[in-house]
Amino acid sequence: MSDERAAATDDLSRTVASWQTQYAKEIGQDRTVINRSGIEIRPLYTPLDWSESRYDEDLGVPGAAPFTRGIYSTMHRGRTWTQRQLIGLGTPEDYNARVTMLLQQGASAISLLPCNSGFRGIDCDESPVALLGTCGTVINTTDHMDTALKGVEIDRISTAMNDPTPFTLFAFLLGVAKRRGIPFDKITGTANQSDYISHYVANHMFYRLSQPGARRVFVDHVKFCRAHVPNWNPVSVVGQHMQQAGATPAETMGLTLSTAIQYAEDCIDAGMDPDHVLRRFTYFFDISISFFEEVAKFRAGRRIWARIARDRLGAKDPRAWRFKFHGQTSGVDLTQQQPLNNIARVTAQAIAGIFGGLQSMHTDGFDEALACPTEESARIAVATQNILREEAHLCDVIDPLAGSYYVETLTNEMEEKILDVMQIIEDAGGMYAAADQGIVQRMLGRSALEYQNRIESGAEKIVGVNCYQSEVEEREVPTYRPDRAAMEAQVAAFRAFKAGRDQARIRAVIDDLARAANGSQNVYERVVEAADAGATHGEIIACLRRELGFGHPQMVA
Amino acid sequence: MTYSPANYPERVLVTKIGFDGHDRGSRVVAAYLRDAGMEVIYTPPWQDIRAVVNLAIQEDVDVIGVSSLATDHLIIPDLLAELRAADVTHVRVIVGGIIPQNERPDLLQAGVSAIFNPGATSEEIVASVRALAAEARAVRDTEEEAM
Repeated sequence: MSDERAAATDDLSRTVASWQTQYAKEIGQDRTVINRSGIEIRPLYTPLDWSESRYDEDLGVPGAAPFTRGIYSTMHRGRTWTQRQLIGLGTPEDYNARVTMLLQQGASAISLLPCNSGFRGIDCDESPVALLGTCGTVINTTDHMDTALKGVEIDRISTAMNDPTPFTLFAFLLGVAKRRGIPFDKITGTANQSDYISHYVANHMFYRLSQPGARRVFVDHVKFCRAHVPNWNPVSVVGQHMQQAGATPAETMGLTLSTAIQYAEDCIDAGMDPDHVLRRFTYFFDISISFFEEVAKFRAGRRIWARIARDRLGAKDPRAWRFKFHGQTSGVDLTQQQPLNNIARVTAQAIAGIFGGLQSMHTDGFDEALACPTEESARIAVATQNILREEAHLCDVIDPLAGSYYVETLTNEMEEKILDVMQIIEDAGGMYAAADQGIVQRMLGRSALEYQNRIESGAEKIVGVNCYQSEVEEREVPTYRPDRAAMEAQVAAFRAFKAGRDQARIRAVIDDLARAANGSQNVYERVVEAADAGATHGEIIACLRRELGFGHPQMVA
Repeated sequence: MTYSPANYPERVLVTKIGFDGHDRGSRVVAAYLRDAGMEVIYTPPWQDIRAVVNLAIQEDVDVIGVSSLATDHLIIPDLLAELRAADVTHVRVIVGGIIPQNERPDLLQAGVSAIFNPGATSEEIVASVRALAAEARAVRDTEEEAM
């Protein structure tokens, strides 16, 4: 250090020390503030905590490694984030009505969440009608998908399918493309639920295929997409599941990156080129209301991934180092009490996501702590994004929090925490092995309990829940429930459809699928073929569960 | 013999029925009940209603706690009907999770003893389970004497 700089640092130290004395005198007993990831938050950050000396290595410019400031040179100033609302309700007709309304309101992409019966791996005719379409749309066939996407230009609008292995919804989508004469390379979007490991350890919403079976289909699906649907993102690593299940933001990012390494190495081991496969990796995160912590989580995650993709996974193309992510405002922070307050919460979460540099976003409806959003709340959720972009001018400057002593210090501290988590997983033999050993499940359980304890002790305050409780009668929020008669008609039509098919042909495609599962050919090609021939979601899943094993999540105390 | 937590801790089955797999809530509640000294029987999600009834009988539980995040509470009346069909009248059923205001009456009418929404404290839940377990044992003792 030059004498001049050393003198300046001494001056600064003295100035900060004098503030410290004054602060201590005036504040009396100071509060201890620890963020959700366990990092102690100090009252003031200065150049003593973070200086620009490592600017080039740690920050750089948007669009260049290590991408801390964003993965594209233009970021939101050039192209706004994709407004992609998660939608799933009722019958395919109900879905179509909602998606049409949202596209008119400004949504720029769509996503589809199947009915929970689908997640259980069964069709609507095997489910209690009371539960059908209450949480997700009933989509069991290519016909259903065709109805759901009526009038939606799937060659122009990107779609996200909440579709675990073996990706039946995607197969139905390709069936629809084929019917409409749309070449597969025009289909864009993301397999939002391809992260099977997260299903076993965290949210358990999967089609109940065994873990080794899911691993096999995952790799075949990536290969299939590379060959036939090159603009589809077959991989989405879902940090959201981890955080919703209780992981802290730092644990979430660590587990997500460790999972991504597992998937990347599985694909590379299967002969794929990291420069191809990593360009199609995407991520899906929760955005909690812990504002600065979330911004730092995303900035640190981007930086770590760029280094891993380059140094560990051997990708040479900088485009393969980009950490593309979708953010969803966290439902965990929303309250059933005083539900309109959730509009304010979602707004704060959304800003954290935008400043965190996301590529696509879902904002929750204010009633999402209660049920599927109603039309009114869904409209407000989209409007929130429009207001932040158009009126609050959040897109004018790229990475506007960069250079903040606090945000940069926190980004560095979050990075350390994230790397610690990744080391635990690495020591266990990677994410697949760590999940097998219950390490991840225990981490999630412990953090969920700790967070609940913080709420109970009042360390974490939630307006309307453990402080500022309302004296007045709660406003009743209408909850969405599908029309029972329409759902019964849907089930009856589905039964008639099944009975009217060419049964020999269905048996043949299911037999082919079983043979592929037991052999070495690409099993996903046979899934697409079966769906196209009229096989249902439940039939495809049942076959693969028979051949590749039934999936139970591992429960750990 | 009168039962008390001292010679026989409360036995609680914590479970999820239906289709939803989100178990953060049920895990946290199970941990609180365990830490309060109760014996907790915990199941993975997606239990069949009949399986829950069988487990409640085999494990001789006082209270069944059903967690519901994503509308599975809509089939809880079926669980109560199945308990009655199996002649299990003393076991108390409580529900925790996302239960919209307008759907509470149906559950209470079906025989659910208590409903806990997000924001309920562990203290409230533990106290309620304790009281309901005592009630369940009192009913069972009366039934046994009558036999």
